[in-house]
Amino acid sequence: MKKLILTTATLALTAGMGLAQDQTVRLGTEGAYPPYNFLNDKGEVDGFEREVGDELCTRAELTCEWVTTDWDGIIPNLVSGNYDAIIAGMSITPERAEVISFTQNYMPPAASAFVGLTEDADVENGVVAAQASTIQAGYVAQSGAALLEFATPEETVASVRNGEADAVFADKDYLVPLVEESGGSLAFVGEDVQLGGGIGMGLRQTDTELRDTFDAAIQTMKDDGTLNALILKWFGEDAATF
Amino acid sequence: MFSFCTDPDSLSDLAWMACYLTTGKHMNFYYAFGTVLVLLAITAPAALAFGFAGASAARSRLLPLSLFGKGYIAIVRGVPDIAFFLFFVIALDQGLEYAKHLIVCPDWDQPIRQGNDFIVCQSAKVPLGNSPQWVHKTYSFFVAVFTFAIVFGAFAANVLFGAMRAVPRTQLETAEAYGMTQRQTFWRIIVPQMWVYALPGLSNLWMVLIKSTPLLFLLGVEDIVYWARELGGTKTARFTDYPHGDWRMWYFLALLVFYLAFTRLSEVVLNRVMGRLTLGQATMGGESQRKAQA
Repeated sequence: MKKLILTTATLALTAGMGLAQDQTVRLGTEGAYPPYNFLNDKGEVDGFEREVGDELCTRAELTCEWVTTDWDGIIPNLVSGNYDAIIAGMSITPERAEVISFTQNYMPPAASAFVGLTEDADVENGVVAAQASTIQAGYVAQSGAALLEFATPEETVASVRNGEADAVFADKDYLVPLVEESGGSLAFVGEDVQLGGGIGMGLRQTDTELRDTFDAAIQTMKDDGTLNALILKWFGEDAATF
Repeated sequence: MFSFCTDPDSLSDLAWMACYLTTGKHMNFYYAFGTVLVLLAITAPAALAFGFAGASAARSRLLPLSLFGKGYIAIVRGVPDIAFFLFFVIALDQGLEYAKHLIVCPDWDQPIRQGNDFIVCQSAKVPLGNSPQWVHKTYSFFVAVFTFAIVFGAFAANVLFGAMRAVPRTQLETAEAYGMTQRQTFWRIIVPQMWVYALPGLSNLWMVLIKSTPLLFLLGVEDIVYWARELGGTKTARFTDYPHGDWRMWYFLALLVFYLAFTRLSEVVLNRVMGRLTLGQATMGGESQRKAQA
C-alpha cells in the first residue's frame, strides 16, 4: 500500500513537471498604456513590457502568450485563471497585494504627474481626471480635488483637452510623449508625486512557483543591466533605473 | 499592405491614408465587423430559442416548470446587463472547469478555492492553457453568444409569453370545439398566430441587441467599438508610423453610419416579415390587408 501511494505520488510529481514544461504561460496586459504596453500598427502587443516579458520568458524557458483585457477586469480574470500573470504597468500596492501576489518590481517607483491646459491649472480644488482603479485615482480621491474617473487612459487626457477636467493625474511616463507632441496645448502642473512601490508582475497568490521563477528571472535582468537598458530605451535618458 | 508604405512620413495625404487604413490594426477593425455580424446571426436564433423555451415553461401547468420559467424571466431581466456579463461569464467558465476537473482529475486533493484563487488541475482548464490563441478566442466568442442568448432570451420570453396570451380567446375555444388537445391547440393555433403579436417586441429586442455589442469586450472579444476607440485614440510618433491626434470622433462617425444602415436594413426586413405574418390574421393590420385586396 505504501509503495502504491509512493508510486502515485511520484507519478503525480513527474506528470506535474511535464506539464510545467509544455505549459503556456499566458500574460495579461491592457494594450492601451504606451510606453508600457500598447498595440502597434500590426495590432500586436508592443512596448516596454512586451520586451521585458519576452525576455523574462526566454530566461525562465517558458512559452508565453500575450492576452489583452479590459483594465477593470484584469484582476478578476487573473484569479479565476483566464491567464497566469498580469504585466500591465501595475504598481505594487498593499491593497492589491491582499488579492494577488507580486514579483519584485521590474520598474522603480515611477513619478506621477498632473497635466493641464496651462501650468496654473487648479489641481488642489479643481476637477482632476484619472483612470479608474489606479493608484492615481486613489491619490486624487484623498486629496481635496474632485475625482473624475475614466475606464481608459486616453479618455482621461481627452477630458482635459475638452475642458471637462482641469487636469489629469497619471504616470508621468505616459504623459511625457503626449505633452511633448501637443505643441504647447498641454503642460505639466506642479511637482511630480511618487506613488506605489514600483511596478511588478501580478500573479495568483497560490502560484508561488511561477512567481519565484519570474522573480529570479527579473533578478538576473537587474544584475546584468539588461533591464536598465530597456528602461532607458523606452522611457528616455532621464528615467529612474535600478 | 502596399509597397510604397515603407516610409509613411514622405507620403502624400492620399497615399498616407491608403497605408494608414490598411495597417494590421485596421484589418483587425474590419475583421471585428465580421465578428459582430456572425455573433448577431448566431445569437438571434439562439435567444429566440431560449425565449420560446422560457415562455413555454412559464405558461406550463406544472408548477415547478412554470416557476422556473417565470424565475428565469424575472431574474435575468432584473439584473443589470453589465453585472450579469461580468459575473455570469466568470461563473460559467469556472463551472465548466470545475465539472471537467471532477472528471479528469479525480485524484486532486487540494481545495478548488484557495483564498481568492480558483484552482483546477492544468488538464481541466477550458480551453487548455497551452491551446493556441484562436482556440481561446473561439471559446470566448461562444461564451459571449451563450451569455447574450440567455440575457436576450429572458426578454424574448417575456415578449412571447405576452404574445401567446394575446392570441384571441375565441380561436382557442374554436380549437377546443374541434376536439383538439391542449398540445395540439398550442402548436397548431397559438404558435402560428402569436408571432404577429410578438414581432413588435422582438424587433425592439433585435435593435437593442445590435447596439449592445460593445459589451463584448467585457467578455474578451474585441468588437468594433473597442477597435474604434483604440484606433481613434491619440497616437504619438514614438509608438506608431502613423501619428495622429484624437480621431475617435471620425471612427465613431463611421460606426454611426454602420449602425444606422444596419438598423434601416433591419427595419425593411422586419416590415416585410410583419406583412407576411399579418396576412389573414384577425388584427387591424390583417383586416386592412383584406380590404385592400377586396
